[in-house]
Amino acid sequence: MSTVTDHAHHEDDHHHHAPSGIKRWLFTTNHKDIGTLYLWFAFIMFLTGGAMAMVIRAELFQPGLQIVDPHFFNQMTTVHGLIMVFGAVMPAFTGLANWLVPMMIGAPDMALPRMNNWSFWILPFAFTILLASLFMEGGGPAFGWTFYAPLSTTYSGDTTALFVFSVHIMGISSIMGAINVIVTIFNMRAPGMTWMKMPLFVWTWLITAFLLIAVMPVLAGVVTMVLTDKFFGTSFFDAAGGGDPVMFQHIFWFFGHPEVYIMILPAFGIISAIVPTFSRKKLFGYASMVYATTSIALLSFIVWAHHMFTTGMPVAAELFFMLATMLISVPTGVKVFNWVATMWRGSLTFEVPMLFALAFIVLFTIGGLSGLMLAIVPVDFQYHDTYFVVAHFHYVLVTGAIFSIMAAVYYWLPKWTGKMFDITLAKWHFWCSLISVNVLFFPMHFIGLAGMPRRIPDYALQFADFNKWISIGGFAFGLSQLLFLWLLIKACRKEGEPVSDQVWEGAEGLEWEIPSPAPYHTFETPPVIK
Amino acid sequence: MQNNSKSELNKDNGKMVIKLVAIVIGMFGFGFALVPLYDVFCDLTGINGKTSNTAAVYESVEVDESRTITVEFITRTNTGMPWEFRAQTRRVDVHPGQMSQVDFLVKNPAGRDIVGQAVPSVSPGTAAIYLNKTECFCFNHQPLAAGEEALMPMKFYVDPQLPKDIKFFTVQYTLYDVTSSAEVAMNQG
Amino acid sequence: MKKTMSGAVAFLTGILAFPAIAESTSQLDQYQLNLTKGVTDISAEVYDLHMLMFIICVVIAVAVFGVMFYSMVFHRKSKGAKPANFHESVKVEIAWTVVPFIILIFMAIPAAQTLIAMEDSSSPDVSVLVTGSQWKWHYKYMDSDVEFFSVLATQPEQIANKFEKGINYLLEVDRPLVIPTGKKVRFLVTSDDVIHSWWVPDFAVKKDANPGFINEAWTKVNEPGIYRGQCAELCGKDHGFMPVVVIAKEPAEYEAWIAEQQDIQRRAKEEEQKLLAMNMEMGELMEVGERVYLATCAACHMPNGEGLPGAFPALKGSDMALNDMQAHIDIVVNGKAGTSMQAFGKQLSLKELAAVITYERNAWGNNTGETVQAKDVNALVTGQ
Repeated sequence: MSTVTDHAHHEDDHHHHAPSGIKRWLFTTNHKDIGTLYLWFAFIMFLTGGAMAMVIRAELFQPGLQIVDPHFFNQMTTVHGLIMVFGAVMPAFTGLANWLVPMMIGAPDMALPRMNNWSFWILPFAFTILLASLFMEGGGPAFGWTFYAPLSTTYSGDTTALFVFSVHIMGISSIMGAINVIVTIFNMRAPGMTWMKMPLFVWTWLITAFLLIAVMPVLAGVVTMVLTDKFFGTSFFDAAGGGDPVMFQHIFWFFGHPEVYIMILPAFGIISAIVPTFSRKKLFGYASMVYATTSIALLSFIVWAHHMFTTGMPVAAELFFMLATMLISVPTGVKVFNWVATMWRGSLTFEVPMLFALAFIVLFTIGGLSGLMLAIVPVDFQYHDTYFVVAHFHYVLVTGAIFSIMAAVYYWLPKWTGKMFDITLAKWHFWCSLISVNVLFFPMHFIGLAGMPRRIPDYALQFADFNKWISIGGFAFGLSQLLFLWLLIKACRKEGEPVSDQVWEGAEGLEWEIPSPAPYHTFETPPVIK
Repeated sequence: MQNNSKSELNKDNGKMVIKLVAIVIGMFGFGFALVPLYDVFCDLTGINGKTSNTAAVYESVEVDESRTITVEFITRTNTGMPWEFRAQTRRVDVHPGQMSQVDFLVKNPAGRDIVGQAVPSVSPGTAAIYLNKTECFCFNHQPLAAGEEALMPMKFYVDPQLPKDIKFFTVQYTLYDVTSSAEVAMNQG
Repeated sequence: MKKTMSGAVAFLTGILAFPAIAESTSQLDQYQLNLTKGVTDISAEVYDLHMLMFIICVVIAVAVFGVMFYSMVFHRKSKGAKPANFHESVKVEIAWTVVPFIILIFMAIPAAQTLIAMEDSSSPDVSVLVTGSQWKWHYKYMDSDVEFFSVLATQPEQIANKFEKGINYLLEVDRPLVIPTGKKVRFLVTSDDVIHSWWVPDFAVKKDANPGFINEAWTKVNEPGIYRGQCAELCGKDHGFMPVVVIAKEPAEYEAWIAEQQDIQRRAKEEEQKLLAMNMEMGELMEVGERVYLATCAACHMPNGEGLPGAFPALKGSDMALNDMQAHIDIVVNGKAGTSMQAFGKQLSLKELAAVITYERNAWGNNTGETVQAKDVNALVTGQ
């Protein structure tokens, strides 16, 4: 196993020492550098999308139109959604995969380092194009991140072409990232790292990567149809030409629902790494976790129409999609039960990553349960397109996906920098975020049930009080993230106490056996797996 | 598993990338294949109330005199379409299997020649696949010169297989002005 | 069972809703926390179903979080807890796969029953064609030819925070839909442009209006009253400003109302015929035109006629408004396919059309000095 010394590796070494400054980052093929780039990019996008959320919440602070006009408001909700999904959550997970997958499976780097560089560096272009469209005549996309036809085709502005182009680039980036992850996991595992020994983060990412290559091309297809419908006279979604606008929704959600799991499966992997560490106990039901993840991924392909119960479907179809959707709660439940069982009779401590992981379990479960309620067709007719839905998907995406990413950053940051982060600041960040995020999203359940539709810039008076609270929660949550920014800057400047190789008492896995900070090159000689 | 030699590993990686890219291309194609698949799906289940856009052939089926189905017609003109458009008969009672004809009156009051296209939709959607039209103005573009009037026929029968619980269904025709796209097609053809 | 359930509901709502107790007497119910029960049998069923799901979810959450918090308190290292060694148990794992499955079946059965009842729109007493368009609803009674548009009635000044907001802010329209109580009313829902969604929470009816396609839903309202809802599918700029208002009246009152509407529509037609012979003065046309413009056109073309560049074209200084009068009348009357420009010939009277076109040709420095008369518009509509 010691024959892994070769030409390419010397070249990499050389690159490491020679270019510095901007060139190091532009031309890097090192998985750790690229992981860092992805994570910072995701964080910048998180703040950008967050700033748009602040505009939305400021407008909704009280009834009446105060700050923005409705057309711009729609652009804000649309671009906020696109940025958070494609710019924040997905790149953050790809960044974590870049940093961690090779370290966890004992590989020296990702399998396709040059493609790795490309898949990152096309992202900033995609988002520059998207954001630039906001400043052009007619404004940016204003049809919701779901871009339902014909609002996004016949009735949209000319900048739709830029939207389509940028979504294409985002899609290509994700696909390249996913291919890289799959090839790395299949071909680069250290000897003895069998499938059922892989950490769950690797497992969940492998399944996510397969979902990505299965559905991102479908997204590319549907945006292409939007483009040709709008500019080249086709009629995929135009009834006058024999098309069907409802078909758009079927194709979109065929991508869209697996996409939802793309944004949550890696989170399951993260939580499955953190909870055992701070419980000082092995993960309960490893095998059932793997099977549950796989069945969630498979089921995600047959539930798409639960996003469109009100479009008018035969009863049989409605019943099928309702039952399939409810079925997903079984494997998801298994995961939550396994985490709780892992904690049961453990030896618990509550370091910052654990705090975020615990908040994840509780709040994600709340989001999951409201999702179960949304699956019930007759009541979905009442919930559909109200703030109840907004509350639901923000619970699973913000306190789910985003909290898991924060947990992951706090968990592995000392390994990356070699220094413990500022714990006091981190605890402030946690508690401020936890309280404000609930002030922000919990009352949305109430106004949703009381009948406030989503995506409206102004609302009837009975929703006024809760909206005020929601906006205050929103501002507080936004400001809390500045604490995180400050903490990350301090961490990158290598402030703090040096940490041991294991960092956390109870942490297990290959990444905790290498030195802290993780050297630029790791596992050039494959490790021996016990 | 990590391979022994780097070149072998690169070869394996290359093979795998090719396979994965093939999946990606396949799925991109699948996205487009969903369009005809959706139509097939609609034909089978009547999802969304789409009716067939080709003429059915009347097979002399047995007329089921024991059931009477009320078929209601709604006519609409979409934005930008100045035609007058109405069904001569708003409602007809038919027995399943029995041929019927309904005439639709159109008039183009505008000062220009217009090509119209009627788009049918049936509610409840499940009835759509049992509505067999042997002749319909909605199968083709309908040109009308400025000021011209026409009577457009639609012949149909209801399939006796129609589920027993459906006693009443609605057929809506929306008339669109497709002059510009029809001209483009003419010039190209 | 039923009693304990409602007790639990009261208890839970009590915890969640501490501010509600103080405020619940106010007319606006600012702290409404729960789904409406509505005014139909179906909406009541939907409410019960919602509460059933909610309670099941709360029970599951309390159980799971209870176990979790128990470990967090009693199994912490600082209390000297030593980690146990178990990490799998086939029995337990099978149990918590099977039990949720059974709970799901228990949830699905009543849901399916309600759904089947909701989707059975056969043998209606009254049918109404509901057509959505950017940003208004159109109602047509299938049995009596009564039809009208229903547009937001809240003053723009209230939205702009210049006037105090009324109690039904954004939930009021100029002409509400009227339906009879105790009768099965079927709604045929469709759209003229983009997808809208017609929603009245009190009826538990929400149906998408798809352009070119027709959907149906039904209701049977038990009590007379005014019920308010909104468009529930993003449909462009003024999606937040197209409410639905439905008035349910006793059948006799409803019949009288329909007769009255038929009479009004007939007289309006006669009025228009008389108008064709007359010429209106520029001053009157401009005055009526400005009112119509602000109510109907200003949402897109803006009160100053400058539009929104890239989204809605300017009228001020536009070639059509300055030169081509026939094209101008045509686009206002018939709309423009594939754009947000609607066919206002169906929405405005001949007089209003003539006035608003005159206004557009003479306001904001568009000084053509021309007037457009009702007969000019009529000539185009009838092709004479």
